Amino acid sequence: MSIPEELQYTKTHEWVRHEDDVVTIGITEHAQDELGDVVFIELPEIGTSFASGDSFGTVESVKAVSDLYTPVDGEVVEVNEALNDAPEKINEDSYGEGWIVRLRVSGEGDLLSAEEYEKLLEESE
Amino acid sequence: MATEALRRTPLYEEHKVLGARIVDFAGWEMPVQYEGIKAEHETVRNRAGLFDVSHMGEVVFKGRQAEEAVQRLVTRDVSRLAVGQAGYAAVCYENGGTVDDVLVYRTPDDFLIVVNASNREKDFAHFQENVKDLDVEVVDESDDWALLALQGPRAVELLQPFTQTDLSSIKYYRYEVGEVDGAYAVISRTGYTGEDGFELFVRPDDAPRIWRKLIEAGAGPVGLGARDTLRLEAGMCLYGNELDAETTPLEAGIGFAVHLDKEQEFVGQQALRSEQEEGLRKKLVGFKVEGRGIARHDYPIAVGGETVGSVTSGTLSPTLGEAIGLALVAPGVEDEFEVVIRNRTVAARTVPLPFYKREKK
Repeated sequence: MSIPEELQYTKTHEWVRHEDDVVTIGITEHAQDELGDVVFIELPEIGTSFASGDSFGTVESVKAVSDLYTPVDGEVVEVNEALNDAPEKINEDSYGEGWIVRLRVSGEGDLLSAEEYEKLLEESE
Repeated sequence: MATEALRRTPLYEEHKVLGARIVDFAGWEMPVQYEGIKAEHETVRNRAGLFDVSHMGEVVFKGRQAEEAVQRLVTRDVSRLAVGQAGYAAVCYENGGTVDDVLVYRTPDDFLIVVNASNREKDFAHFQENVKDLDVEVVDESDDWALLALQGPRAVELLQPFTQTDLSSIKYYRYEVGEVDGAYAVISRTGYTGEDGFELFVRPDDAPRIWRKLIEAGAGPVGLGARDTLRLEAGMCLYGNELDAETTPLEAGIGFAVHLDKEQEFVGQQALRSEQEEGLRKKLVGFKVEGRGIARHDYPIAVGGETVGSVTSGTLSPTLGEAIGLALVAPGVEDEFEVVIRNRTVAARTVPLPFYKREKK
């Protein structure tokens, strides 16, 4: 399972990329693999504010519904509209074209490094 | 339950070799998917898929009053079943609630009832309890059989090289006793996918070899995930979703398997007759979600803000690319209603079942 060094992670299997005061959030390769074929995604409205730990959307596979949680406080500035028509991008390219949402950060939350996330996965095996 | 060891079918190692994701299903370690649910679903719709359903139970009724016993236990009139024929039926409580949905096979001397894995112990106890006064032996043969299901438009051509039995001559819901790859097999033209195909009852020791040969011949392994999407498209009930102790077979839309006029009374017959006369308390409908979202088990169904039922099964149909579902709703509910998806109401419309019907040759 790929866990890119340059990203940060959550215990709920989201990844986070910081660029200045904006973060991009998606789900990890491990998470998409656990879910199986993603068939539906519920994205938040642009302009909505979330506190860290809030659910900002859901991702559904054929079998399961899974909530998406933001690890930071912030306001939605962009959502990946392409996922509405092609949610399978989350399976195909979870760290790239499968990104889900961008937030302007107003407060940082608890994040794991790649190494810490890898350890978390090993422990949960 | 949690402390009990999970059980494995004779094909467990085959699943591991094929890279299956294994889950706990009704106390069994079963493959939920191999390649992926959508791909496996399409394999069955377009080619041929192979399922391990050895976790299902087989209960045999032997003895002078075997037929009386089975007549008392199931809703179908099994006196109309010929030797070599299988029939779908429900098993009910006195109050009409459903114990299980089953397949009944008539053999030259006995009856075989195939039960859901999740209900094995409960069914066996129910069977024994209700036929104590009859001259019948009820035998749980579940551990003596492995059960493979080969399903899809190419099932006949794929299986034929492995058996002397003329597969094309076996009609739907009929079976033949023969051999597959030289091993004893009951070859039944039945299934739970909406496709043509066979269920093969074989001895546990023979199962891994037969499994491997069918996979080598081109059958794709299919897990329980796709089994569920396939049966849902075909509008078939799953016990625990559409059917349970609080739901009668009439309400769940399987009245075709309930023979209320049968001469020998079955457990629950009076309750079902009364319900038929007085009107159903709820009814099963198929629906499509018209707005954005996927309906799931237990999501409420509402009309004008009032809850009138709940979703029993729902998924995104891999064949249709639309969100489909089954729901138990109040009898007055007609064409349109809303599904409550996580506090959001989404429009849905009832559609005739099944959602998917294969083209007959």
